[in-house]
Amino acid sequence: MGQYILRRLLQSIGILLLLSIIFFALVNLAPGGPLAGYGQSRHVPAEKAALLRRQLGLDKPIPVQYIIWLAGNNWMKVDLNGDGVAESYGTRLGILRGDFGFSFRTREPVLKVIEGRFPNTVYLMVTTLLIAILIAIPIGIISAVKQYSVFDIAVTTFSFAGQAIPDFWLGLILLLIFYAWLKNPFTGEALLPSGGIYSLGSAFSIGDRIRHLILPVATGALGWIAWYSRFMRSSMLDVIHQDYLRTARAKGLSESKVIYKHALRNALIPLVTLFALDIPYIFAGAVFVEMLFSWPGMGQLYYQSALQRDYPILLAILIIGAVFILLSNLLADIFYAVLDPRIRYS
Amino acid sequence: MKTVAETEIRNDMNDAGDKKRDEKFSIKIWGRFKKHPGAMAGSFLLTILILAVLLAPLSRYNPDTSSVNEMLKSPSWQHPMGTDALGRDMLTRILYGGRISLTVGLLVVAITLTLGVSIGAAAGYLGGTVDNVLMRITDAALTLPSLLVLILLSSILREVDLPLFSRNSVATIAVIIGLLSWMTFARLVRATILTLRELDFITASRGLGASHLQVIIRHILPNAIGPIIVEATLELGYAIIEESGLSFLGFGIQPPTPSWGNLLSNAQENFVKYPWLAIFPGLMIFITIISVNYIGDGLRDAFDPYKVLGKIGEG
Repeated sequence: MGQYILRRLLQSIGILLLLSIIFFALVNLAPGGPLAGYGQSRHVPAEKAALLRRQLGLDKPIPVQYIIWLAGNNWMKVDLNGDGVAESYGTRLGILRGDFGFSFRTREPVLKVIEGRFPNTVYLMVTTLLIAILIAIPIGIISAVKQYSVFDIAVTTFSFAGQAIPDFWLGLILLLIFYAWLKNPFTGEALLPSGGIYSLGSAFSIGDRIRHLILPVATGALGWIAWYSRFMRSSMLDVIHQDYLRTARAKGLSESKVIYKHALRNALIPLVTLFALDIPYIFAGAVFVEMLFSWPGMGQLYYQSALQRDYPILLAILIIGAVFILLSNLLADIFYAVLDPRIRYS
Repeated sequence: MKTVAETEIRNDMNDAGDKKRDEKFSIKIWGRFKKHPGAMAGSFLLTILILAVLLAPLSRYNPDTSSVNEMLKSPSWQHPMGTDALGRDMLTRILYGGRISLTVGLLVVAITLTLGVSIGAAAGYLGGTVDNVLMRITDAALTLPSLLVLILLSSILREVDLPLFSRNSVATIAVIIGLLSWMTFARLVRATILTLRELDFITASRGLGASHLQVIIRHILPNAIGPIIVEATLELGYAIIEESGLSFLGFGIQPPTPSWGNLLSNAQENFVKYPWLAIFPGLMIFITIISVNYIGDGLRDAFDPYKVLGKIGEG
């Protein structure tokens, strides 16, 4: 197992390197190059642009630029004042040492910008996930145990509908109902806020935080509830008809013990694996949810940076996203082996 | 020694036999598909939708002509889905938008099928180094945060004027979505080939002089047809969602060309005052996706020989 994980990690590093080359090439082959977004807000004269290119090292061949992006330039002489002579050591550390450069837009270090956003996304998405799982698992179990009952048919229909609703539309509809149409009967204000993490200018209150969470979480969670409840149902149905459950019943165990102790444990294995695989996609959903509900997280940051072609930020989030996916794939495999003793990696 | 004529007769007989078997197979599949109420409802809705979209030019209104007197009218008999800020009939625009969204969807399915099936077939059949390289590429592609890459690509291509791919045309969007979603097909086809490759009938067919390509097309792909069709149906749904998502963010199909996604995106600013602008485009996406998913589910059941039919959606 240890060897297997090690091999997978090594493979992941290879894939990451490959992806970093692709991402970097995309950005640099884009028309106008990485500076396209840099001078967007104001007119930059030609000589100023040339100076800037030299200072940022954009006059070098792309492979050299890639190596500098990867490994920094504090080990080589560069042209910092842009006069055409490489006179001093560079200051960049490269992404391998955690230096993602500076945002074109705010001139802040990319990592600092991301640090400010990341917790907000984690806060929103972890809540979304927990709610989705907590609702989906019981629904799936009951649906499987009472197969073909009215409840089951309702759940199956709901899960088809839930998976077909695009979350950006769902968010708009929820806003329409709970922000525009329904009013709080006591204050006459909108029932739920239209966006943000908390009401600006008010003291911290749990109630206020929760009110701000409801719509984004509902928007993000519905599709996942639909998907997991369906998966839980079929996973439970697979287990329910197995011999060992008949044995458990024959021993005289109560039905609830049979279901919740014997069946559920095995039915959860594929769900845990799937869950690990899905984590990156759940986070990707943040782009729509955060944009709709003005939630200052990574998704919104990526969206805004794409609009303004703030490439250092885009590159950083892309790399982080790829790392996330690789880790979650590995995690899924490990879970699988740990939870199901029949599976051994070699 | 056989004469040419004899060989031809033999071939004809084989073909006839094949056709008969194929017919039986498709009838059997259809018979099972028919028993899936969701899939039948889905097919019905999708057919209506496609017809409506094709008949869009019959509308009394032009999708692009604005009309000052008709601005932002709520739904009525004249305008069943209301009008937008320029006084254009929303129903007409939604039908034309549907053409775009469905075209993108179908193009993506064609692209992913072509790419995925050829890559998967090459990897599985040729094996060895080719397999290794192709599968590593597949792994890498699966590691791409696809929504983020889609946004990056379309934000870059939005600025480019290439002959066929000018400023996020239908073709551009279809190609970039397709480039990011062929992997399922590749894995599916490769897996089927790996299980079939060593079987006797393949060796026999090779021994009789069939080329690799013939073996793949005549003997291997037909065995994978069920899962491929199911996957292709579902892919249509994903592609439409991805296109509308991108267009919703403003990175997909660019206005004034309507697509369901950018219609919804336009609605965003003022959806509280003019809710019909937001409700209908999304509703169309929803109806399309749910129909496609039910059809996919019905096909999956129909192709699955182990499935007990006549009951609603299992598993």
